[in-house]
Amino acid sequence: MSTATLEAKQTDATTQSFTVTFLIRRFDPDIDTEPRWQDFDVEMYATDRVLDALHKIKWEQDGSLTFRRSCAHGICGSDAMRINGRNRLACKTLIKDLDISKPIYVEAIKGLPLEKDLIVDMEPFFASFRDVQPFLIANSKAEPGKERVQSVAERERFDDTTKCILCAACTSSCPVFWTDGQYFGPAAIVNAHRFIFDSRDDAASVRLDILNDKEGVWRCRTTFNCTEACPRGIEVTKAIAEVKQAIMRGKP
Amino acid sequence: MPETSAGTLTAPTKPEKQRPGGTLYRGREGMWSWVLHRITGVAIFFFLLVHILDTALVRVSPEAYNAVIGTYQTPIMGLGEVALVGAIVFHAFNGLRIILVDFWAWATRHQKVLFYIVVGLWVVTMIAFVPRHLINVFSH
Repeated sequence: MSTATLEAKQTDATTQSFTVTFLIRRFDPDIDTEPRWQDFDVEMYATDRVLDALHKIKWEQDGSLTFRRSCAHGICGSDAMRINGRNRLACKTLIKDLDISKPIYVEAIKGLPLEKDLIVDMEPFFASFRDVQPFLIANSKAEPGKERVQSVAERERFDDTTKCILCAACTSSCPVFWTDGQYFGPAAIVNAHRFIFDSRDDAASVRLDILNDKEGVWRCRTTFNCTEACPRGIEVTKAIAEVKQAIMRGKP
Repeated sequence: MPETSAGTLTAPTKPEKQRPGGTLYRGREGMWSWVLHRITGVAIFFFLLVHILDTALVRVSPEAYNAVIGTYQTPIMGLGEVALVGAIVFHAFNGLRIILVDFWAWATRHQKVLFYIVVGLWVVTMIAFVPRHLINVFSH
């Protein structure tokens, strides 16, 4: 009997919908001089995500709401935004993990030029990414028909930083980046780390030289906002610390 | 011109809490330890600046030096010294934490624990210092 009630309750919890208030920070460059907050009431289920709420608003209430999203499953990294004051992917943030007794604040990520509503200009972010030469530079040639051999331990060395999806959640959570847009930012350093510690790569010293700069890794103040924001669970600050140490040693 | 269409934004209904500047980023222990480190660091800098200036006065005129130091012997300055020691103790312990975080992989992973250790050490140091100091300040 008690089991039956428990089951009934569980199904109730998952099928019952409730009204959630979203406060979205909007900005239309054609109309607004300043961003402004607008509230929307959306009917949601506990298993819905913030992205579903944005879809519902755009499709049913206000078609002018503008945001980026592509895969909607946490792989493409398009929908990083500030949800209740923290950088999250809208497609990986479930309603049941948020306090819906209060409005949910959604705004664009910080530190990059705001273009419209939840969309920022990602170009400065990608410029830093390109600057660290995020591609394999190898002097050795693999044997014909073979790949470059790498041991499990050698692959493991940089495994964490291969997971980056370039969503900019880390870089735009960094207090240093907010005030100093010249700083490379966590994401660029993570992607440099991925090649610096790759045994097949031969240009580690070049990348370490690029990051051994006033605006390079030394700007990092270990606030750990990036590690906390990363939707892929990359230990970003740890990766930056490893690059710092590699620069001091002069080799990876 | 149509009054409202999907493409035009009408005068927004104002939400109760208007925060046009965006919300404060809700960072965790790491961010707040950094904020405190910065604030205490700047505060200590200004203290040192004044401290060097008033100590240098002794070269100009010992009487002027005594007069300036004499104005510090008030309960308000005594409380200021509590704040100063509090700032220095936090800055010192957190500085050690930052060194560990930068150089030791274990500490990078466990920076939150280290932050609470810093807070704990700060509390212990202040418990040892503040009563003794305030007795000195208010007994004269």
